[in-house]
Amino acid sequence: MSVASVHAARGRAGPGRRPDPRRLSGRTLTFLLLALFLLFFLIPIIWLLLAVTKTQAGLVSGRPFSFGSLAALRRNWDQVLAFQGGAVKTWMKNSVEYSLMALVITLVVSIPAGYALAKMEFRGRRVLLITTLVVMLMPTAALVLPTFLEINYAHLVNTPLSVVLPYSFFPFGVYLTYIYFSTAVPNDLIAAAKIDGCGELSAFFRIALPLATPVVALVGFFSFVGNWNNFFLPYVMLPGSSQYPMQVGLTQMLSDTPTFNPVVGASAEIQLPQLALATLISVAPVLIIFLVAQRFLVSGLTAGATKG
Amino acid sequence: MTTGPVISDAAGRVAPVTRPAARPGSRQRGRVLVTGHLFVSGYVVLLALFGVIPVIYSLYLALTRPAGGFAGLGNFIQTAEDYRFVPAAEHVAAFLILWLVSLTVFVVLLALVVHRLASRRGRTFIRFAYYIPGALAGASSVLLWLFVLNPSVSPVSILIRAFGGTQFTSVIAPGHLPMVFTIIAFWTGAGGWILILYGALNTIPADLLEAARVDGAGPLSTAWHVQLPLIGKWITYMLILSLAAGTQLFVEPQLVSQASFGVVSNYYSLNQLAYQYAFTQNNFNGAAAISIDLLIVALVCAGILISRGRLFRTD
Repeated sequence: MSVASVHAARGRAGPGRRPDPRRLSGRTLTFLLLALFLLFFLIPIIWLLLAVTKTQAGLVSGRPFSFGSLAALRRNWDQVLAFQGGAVKTWMKNSVEYSLMALVITLVVSIPAGYALAKMEFRGRRVLLITTLVVMLMPTAALVLPTFLEINYAHLVNTPLSVVLPYSFFPFGVYLTYIYFSTAVPNDLIAAAKIDGCGELSAFFRIALPLATPVVALVGFFSFVGNWNNFFLPYVMLPGSSQYPMQVGLTQMLSDTPTFNPVVGASAEIQLPQLALATLISVAPVLIIFLVAQRFLVSGLTAGATKG
Repeated sequence: MTTGPVISDAAGRVAPVTRPAARPGSRQRGRVLVTGHLFVSGYVVLLALFGVIPVIYSLYLALTRPAGGFAGLGNFIQTAEDYRFVPAAEHVAAFLILWLVSLTVFVVLLALVVHRLASRRGRTFIRFAYYIPGALAGASSVLLWLFVLNPSVSPVSILIRAFGGTQFTSVIAPGHLPMVFTIIAFWTGAGGWILILYGALNTIPADLLEAARVDGAGPLSTAWHVQLPLIGKWITYMLILSLAAGTQLFVEPQLVSQASFGVVSNYYSLNQLAYQYAFTQNNFNGAAAISIDLLIVALVCAGILISRGRLFRTD
């Protein structure tokens, strides 16, 4: 990305013409705007990546965008792992377990459902589709307390099921699959398979499913990221520290950091660099998926927008 | 969109389709019916358990007394008259106004500007760089911003001091919070919306933009008269979804109040108040009533989008 790539008015000026001052300032403004927001979006992340390599003193008094030392990073790492006798490991393990279990159930349940909505006729199909849309457009937080009240009634609070099952309900995934099968997989293909002797089940498993890789990946991605980052639901459902996912565990660390909680003495095991490292650890899996899947994601989200 | 299902083959040719697959003979149709229900059965169970029943159960709780018996609107009135309710609603409203305005202005502006970039790699890079913070949703992003807003360690402490923030507690003073939450929400969420609006801008035929240019329209008037009206429904979609999500404000004030040395109360937002009802006061009926208040907002938003938005296939 360079200044030169910013064209305020493409193809307007002929080769011999002098640059129009108005156009030039438009171009500068455009560039400034993009650069300003680039800084806004990236500075916190760059700062975080550097902060984990510093000591508490280096973080407070050193220059914000300098690299600390690998030794400090190592010490921070050891301290984070030692926090409350290895709590961070437990929380990360919980996060992985909850998100992956929910991911598997989500895929097993949503892909056939989206397929059936797109390619089959059955009673209640339209009602199911509209209900799915309504729930999909409701913010997930809206159902957290109602779901808690229900789970509490069923005496499932503080069990992994209390988060895994609600996580597995993913109407957006069903809708995405429905859109994919109704636009990208021709009905004739399914019909031809049936003429060749395929039943409904084998048409799905042998024809439709192999074609569905992109949407399976997309649904899997959104489900995993959404559940990994979810805070409200596990915060409410899992009061015991040994059941916390990492996102909830982070708040525990926050309240053990003297800078943000004066009640904790200055000798506490957690200082700012360790808290920063824990924050980085908590987002690392998702950040890595983002970086690896970047091209796929950008086109996937865009595709979502063009289905209108 | 409204014309019924459309399929396209690998070559990009598009053909309208009358109805889903063949329906020969009633016997086979009966079997299709059964398989259809089999295919959706797992999802229907989850939808019932975690989409429908929680709402019905909350409604039941909201309409009954803690000791049992019908309460009418009693719980709704009691919670609305709680001295914490109106301030919490005002806090959420102040945040929503700032957030929705900044989404409208900056997301639309940035999508238009990125779309005009000549360099393809530049466009891809910028879109992705803006989108990365989306990886840090939830508690992680709030925590990161607690650092960024803390003048003693902040990478932009000069900027914070310039605005008069000498101490962390003065930065997160209650009056600043709508702005603080707007910044956090914008930081994590705007990139995704920019991608979506960018995608919507891409669906506008190049001929149309070319025609506007030939007719003498500059970039500004093209954006105003051609592009904005054509992506308007996506902007509406963004705003309504954000409105519904914003009313649910919880993580941000919850963490800030935890880190604020008691400057920020733990009933800053409506959802926090509902949480207090459930977990501090053991009043599930009151908690359910506030949840239903918020659910109604969400349901109305979803209803408007589905019936008016013409963005979703429902046939």
